[in-house]
Amino acid sequence: MNIGMAFKMAINSVMSAKIRSFLTMLGIIIGVASVIVLVNLVTASTLSMRSQLESMGTNLIQVSINRGGWGQTRSVSLDDIEELTGENSDLFEAVTPLVSGMGVIKYGTNNVSSSLTGVSEDYLSIRSREVVDGRFITETDCDNRSNVVVIGEYIRQELFGSESPVGQTVKINNEKFTVIGLLDQKSSNASSGSDDDIIIIPYTRATRLLRNANINSFMVSAVSSDYMSEATEAIENFLYKKFKNDDYYNVLNTAELIDTIDDALGTMSLLMAGIAGISLLVGGIGIMNIMLVTVSERTREIGIRKSIGAKRKSIITQFLIESAVISCMGGIIGIVVGIGGSYFVCKALSMDAVPLANQVTVISGSFAFSALIGIFFGLYPANKAAKLNPIDALRND
Amino acid sequence: MIRIKNMYKIYKMGDVEVRALNGINLHIKPKEFVSIIGPSGSGKSTLMNMIGCLDTATSGEYWIDGIPVENMSEDDLAALRNEKIGFIFQGYNLLPKLSALENVELPLIYRGIDSARRRELAEAALYRVGMYERMNHKPKELSGGQQQRVAIARALSNKPSLILADEPTGALDSKTGIEVLQMMKDIHKEGNTVVLITHDSNIARNAERVVRIADGVITSDTTDVKDVVTG
Ligand SMILES: Nc1ncnc2c1ncn2[C@@H]1O[C@H](COP(=O)(O)OP(=O)(O)OP(=O)(O)O)[C@@H](O)[C@H]1O
Ligand SMILES: [Mg+2]
Repeated sequence: MNIGMAFKMAINSVMSAKIRSFLTMLGIIIGVASVIVLVNLVTASTLSMRSQLESMGTNLIQVSINRGGWGQTRSVSLDDIEELTGENSDLFEAVTPLVSGMGVIKYGTNNVSSSLTGVSEDYLSIRSREVVDGRFITETDCDNRSNVVVIGEYIRQELFGSESPVGQTVKINNEKFTVIGLLDQKSSNASSGSDDDIIIIPYTRATRLLRNANINSFMVSAVSSDYMSEATEAIENFLYKKFKNDDYYNVLNTAELIDTIDDALGTMSLLMAGIAGISLLVGGIGIMNIMLVTVSERTREIGIRKSIGAKRKSIITQFLIESAVISCMGGIIGIVVGIGGSYFVCKALSMDAVPLANQVTVISGSFAFSALIGIFFGLYPANKAAKLNPIDALRND
Repeated sequence: MIRIKNMYKIYKMGDVEVRALNGINLHIKPKEFVSIIGPSGSGKSTLMNMIGCLDTATSGEYWIDGIPVENMSEDDLAALRNEKIGFIFQGYNLLPKLSALENVELPLIYRGIDSARRRELAEAALYRVGMYERMNHKPKELSGGQQQRVAIARALSNKPSLILADEPTGALDSKTGIEVLQMMKDIHKEGNTVVLITHDSNIARNAERVVRIADGVITSDTTDVKDVVTG
């Protein structure tokens, strides 16, 4: 008997008991759909975290010095940073100190409280941002401690509305500053707390304004993401020489961060797939159960087939294909439900849905797994059917 | 065609032994039309299962077309049944989900015949029994007599040399029974060996030779069919 015939027979038999077949498939449908939804959910969150990190740049190293306990002022000086940069000019592209605190910025009667960051002229290239109106802070501004400020889109909207911000005078923590530039918009709705909620002034000015003469943090960009580990090591060595204790500072690089997140989420998606895999297994046991019932219901049919010349192999093939067809149909329905489900879950969590191209592995994997389950759990019932003695099977009513 | 030597079939039910076949010796020549007759429980169906290679004997020897079957594997027996034997059962034994045509095609499928040829042969067999017009009906859409004709077509489709019929008219009224019986005679005339099992001597008389069996042993074997007494 050929396989095509066996398929036709299997599909006929599955279709002739639609409700039962559907209930049998349900375990597989739920299993496959949940594998796909869970893995997609993890992938979607990984992708969105990655894209956030990548938008920061994959060659960034952020260094922060632990201030120490109450009253302590552990920090690095500008000279330290210059020394470090000088030693590693082959690895570093740019460096900016980061002096941060809170600032209240006022224009007329409008005021916004936001994070205030003092940076050098290199900040723009390090963070790969652009000025869309006016100009950025220059080296001269830093040297002269100029009262100039660059603002983000959120601050512009809050303070100026429809007015043009560049050239206006604002008050930051009650000191007068001139707005010299407007940064490009980074987040989709430029809301509070986003990358657009930002006030930038020369770092030399920030140390005064924030009454914080120390630099506790700086940011370095490596010449390329390939040199991240060397650059990170150079910074760590330098800081260790200075502080003699690696608890006193913290060196974070985006590439490592992305790797860490990838690792963690990879583990998580494996775990999720494992849990969902268990439900696939349960679905497989359901198939075996029904196939056993089917075999005993069809004992007479098996007897007739054997009496007219069906060999063991034909009977095994018939029942195996039947259980494989059930589980594969379940798999296909599960895939459709899973793709639709992940789309809606991602929508509900306002994440970007995972592109279909990235789902190929999980889709083909879960389909293959459900087919295997159908065959595996169909083996025992099929073999049981094939072993029936034709005369006993014929006598059965 | 068929040679059976000292065949025993013993069922053990706890301590009780049932000797369904108690030393059968039987020789059926090619193209013979033999009836096997006997009262209920005499061992007719058991013998037919042996002849049809559906069951194995407790002891004894059996050759079909000169081939000894005692030590054949289950798959070889299946192939042998497929090739040499056409079964006609009292209860028709059609597959209810398949159409008449598909039922008749079944032995050809297991024979490995390609679909075009298969259909041709199956249609010819259905035509032969007068069921060509109803080949797309499911068994439950057919009367008992029509179902039995489809079953006969199935038995004929593979052109087997031996037709084995166990009470083929048992479930039919006398008129359709006679039709089916006539068909058996025709099949015989076309050159097939036919073994017909029945408990009815009026039916048995249609054969060329009548073998009577009681309690698992052959009590008479005659070609003088007119002498077969009723009962
Ligand atoms: N599987 C079995 N287990 C035990 N005993 C059996 C089995 N099959 C048949 N028998 C016994 O063997 C004997 C012969 O049975 P068989 O079916 O051959 O009779 P039969 O001549 O066909 O009767 P009927 O005309 O009623 O069909 C009976 O006594 C029956 O009870
Ligand atoms: Mg019987």
